[in-house]
Amino acid sequence: MKGTRLSIHVFSSRLIGLFLVGLLSACAPAPSDLIVYSARNEEHIQDIFERYTKESGQKIQLITDDAGPLIQRLAAEGKNSPADLLITVDAGVLWHAAQLGLLRPTESATLDANIPEHLRDPQKRWFGLTVRARTIVYSTERVKPEELDSYESLTDAKWKGRVCLRTSKSVYNQSLIAMLIAQHGEEKTEQIVRGWVANLATSPFANDTLLMQAIVAGQCDVGIVNTYYFGRLQRDEPNIPLQLFWADQRGEGTHVNISGAGVTTNAPRAAQAQKFLEWLSQPEAQAMFAAVDLEYPASPAASAVEQVVRWGEFKPNPLNVAHAGELQPAAVRLMDRAGYL
Amino acid sequence: MSVAPAEMIVAPRTGAWRGSTLAVVLCLPALLPLVVIAFALVSPETGVWAHLARYVLPEVVANTIKLVIGVALVAGALGTSLAWLTAMCDFPGRRWLEWALLLPLAIPAYVLAFVAIGFLDYAGPLQTALRSAFGTSSWVPPIRSTGGVILVLSLAFYPYVYLMARNAFLTQGRRVLEVAQTFGYSRSAAIWRVALPMAKPWIAGGIALICMEALADFGAVSIFNYNTFTTAIYRAWFGLFSVHAALELSAVLLAFVLIALFFDRRSRAGVRYAASRDLSRHARAPLGSRTRWFASLYAGGVLAVAFVLPLLQLLWWAVKRAGRDLDARYWMFTMHSLVLAASAAIVIVGASLVLAYLLRRQPSMFNHATVRLATVGYAVPGTVLAVGTLFPLVMLNNALQGLLSEVFGASAPTLLLQSTVIGVLLAYMARFLAVGLHPIESGLQRVTRSLDEAAIGLGVNGTRLVRSVHVPLLRSSLVTAAIMVFVDVMKEMPITLLTRPFGWDTLAIRVFNMTSIGEWERAALPSVVIVAVGLIPAAMLSRGNAHVA
Repeated sequence: MKGTRLSIHVFSSRLIGLFLVGLLSACAPAPSDLIVYSARNEEHIQDIFERYTKESGQKIQLITDDAGPLIQRLAAEGKNSPADLLITVDAGVLWHAAQLGLLRPTESATLDANIPEHLRDPQKRWFGLTVRARTIVYSTERVKPEELDSYESLTDAKWKGRVCLRTSKSVYNQSLIAMLIAQHGEEKTEQIVRGWVANLATSPFANDTLLMQAIVAGQCDVGIVNTYYFGRLQRDEPNIPLQLFWADQRGEGTHVNISGAGVTTNAPRAAQAQKFLEWLSQPEAQAMFAAVDLEYPASPAASAVEQVVRWGEFKPNPLNVAHAGELQPAAVRLMDRAGYL
Repeated sequence: MSVAPAEMIVAPRTGAWRGSTLAVVLCLPALLPLVVIAFALVSPETGVWAHLARYVLPEVVANTIKLVIGVALVAGALGTSLAWLTAMCDFPGRRWLEWALLLPLAIPAYVLAFVAIGFLDYAGPLQTALRSAFGTSSWVPPIRSTGGVILVLSLAFYPYVYLMARNAFLTQGRRVLEVAQTFGYSRSAAIWRVALPMAKPWIAGGIALICMEALADFGAVSIFNYNTFTTAIYRAWFGLFSVHAALELSAVLLAFVLIALFFDRRSRAGVRYAASRDLSRHARAPLGSRTRWFASLYAGGVLAVAFVLPLLQLLWWAVKRAGRDLDARYWMFTMHSLVLAASAAIVIVGASLVLAYLLRRQPSMFNHATVRLATVGYAVPGTVLAVGTLFPLVMLNNALQGLLSEVFGASAPTLLLQSTVIGVLLAYMARFLAVGLHPIESGLQRVTRSLDEAAIGLGVNGTRLVRSVHVPLLRSSLVTAAIMVFVDVMKEMPITLLTRPFGWDTLAIRVFNMTSIGEWERAALPSVVIVAVGLIPAAMLSRGNAHVA
């Protein structure tokens, strides 16, 4: 009796041990798998990843999260980090990761040729892969495009109570303000932001979609959004009474941001990561990558999908997107001072 | 006798230091992240602070105080009154409202927030309909306001108070009221002067939990664009690129929570709860014929606003998108969610039970301080805590890896503790220990020392005392704790995101993937599955539990 009980004990503790080992090892990816930390949504990369695996045989493991925690994780893991590639959706974030020493320079003739200079890190630690513009959206029922001009034009008294904005917590607004600072300096930019806030119809929204719905409903007449958010609404409802206006075409050009990637400093499979990055920069992959979420490809050799092309040509601001990161803290402080919530 | 017998029963030979060691070991996963956060205070980053203090903190502190007090009052009142009605009175529909009122527990606060804004804001269907009927909707109070956030968070959190207060009322029995009334108290005086004070540890425990939830909430307040301490922390971190300032702000937040917890404890110190469980089935208090229907209307109304209507909206969105989104992966998401939530419930309830006993047996200052400190993780914004738990995990992993490399050289296997189920579970402990501990501690207060003495007199002691006397008495508290941890883990996002094993996507992560690209309608489907999967077992458990009482 006692013997059986003892052996049950031994058996069960062995079982628990096996279970633990199983838990630990089942989770470990195969050593040849490329490991990607991505702040770009799974929805917007999964198909491309599968395509690459099919073509090259390279398997890819993915962890998605917001950029902040992913960067902290990379930093904490240090030289034992399993990650090979970091993908994010904002230039400022990539700049920040590079600043922390988490990304390594990638020397590649292919990448240099495919990705324009203002869309990549001057030290080649990260490369833009898709491009989105942040520009003015207006109600086609209550606004004529002739009334609009630059971002600054929204401070005009005629827009009093007619402007809707997204929260200043959005990294896209932080990057936009950072670019305005690079362009006009802090003092002028603060005036612009104060002007916007004075013209607000209602407190800022949590996202671009809510903002555009408010314009459709008549709460306000103009706002500032990322192009693909407008694209998604337009795709679902082609007759939506909204239209994009390319801001600042007579000045420096419309603010653009990127989603991009860089090889991590401690990447165990840096060569494979570089190969994947090069593949992503080629026209065919570029077109696919941009099409997923109605963006523009970074490579001039590829073209956007038809719906996006129909929005018309525009002059993008040629300032290197890296400025967005450098000036982001200044932008955030400026918005705090101006009372932009 | 200086030491109460109960304190010697469970393990008479255990010395005080062993108890303290046990407390520290069990609390370690919860304490380490706090150490990481506290470390930030060693070298303050003055530049960022000066800016925050001038432009950000005044608004943020005022907002946070308004929010926490508002939610405590509204959710506390809702939870306690509903618990009273369903536990002590009878009214039409009571039988099913009793467990249905728990259902809002499974709707994450941020989901309720986006449903509320989607439906009630200027561009939503309600105001649009009003405008087309009357030409204006300007008299509708704005939902994106302080009142709106308080209302939404209260509706999302009241079940915590409801669950715990109901548990108190059921176990305290109805006889208490009768006794009070024989002593000449009017019925309402009996409720205010006897029944409610007796349920105080439970109600206070529930309110403490929701205050912590409200402090830690990021998702809902960001949808309202309502700036609180949490959003300030995120702003310092992601906007100003200062992890340091973010951790400092978190440390300040924690200090406030600790002070609040200290006063809460002190207000209850010295109070002993000698009443024991009343297992007899007394008649529920009769309500007047009109009051009965008011009770039904009230309980039904809360359920409708907090659960039925939001669920209908979610279902509508889910059905609209299911054709495109629903696929075989949902089985996997669901399985992962269930495995993680169930394992976390077992681990955390187990640890909480041991800790609760430890505090009962060895209520030393050290043990109390350790355990109390270990529960404040619940008030830390999820992402901060996620990073705080990641650091020690990675450090442990890297140390082990170093060891392995020394032993095996280049052929050493690669360890990745930070993406294993064990890693996730340790991180959950840091967050949810409070959720397990509060109900069990309150329950244990009801198991009186005299009961222990009587049992020992009958020759029942040691683990048998725990098994055959305490566990049956604690059953409802254990079930309450398990349900709350289970459902909380189902909804948890930041920790799961950062420490999940490769490929372990859960329903909550699916929600994240949809909401982070602004596709709220597509987030409805995984949200509905969370509600269904998390609540069916929860409701069944609570129903089974009601029959016991």
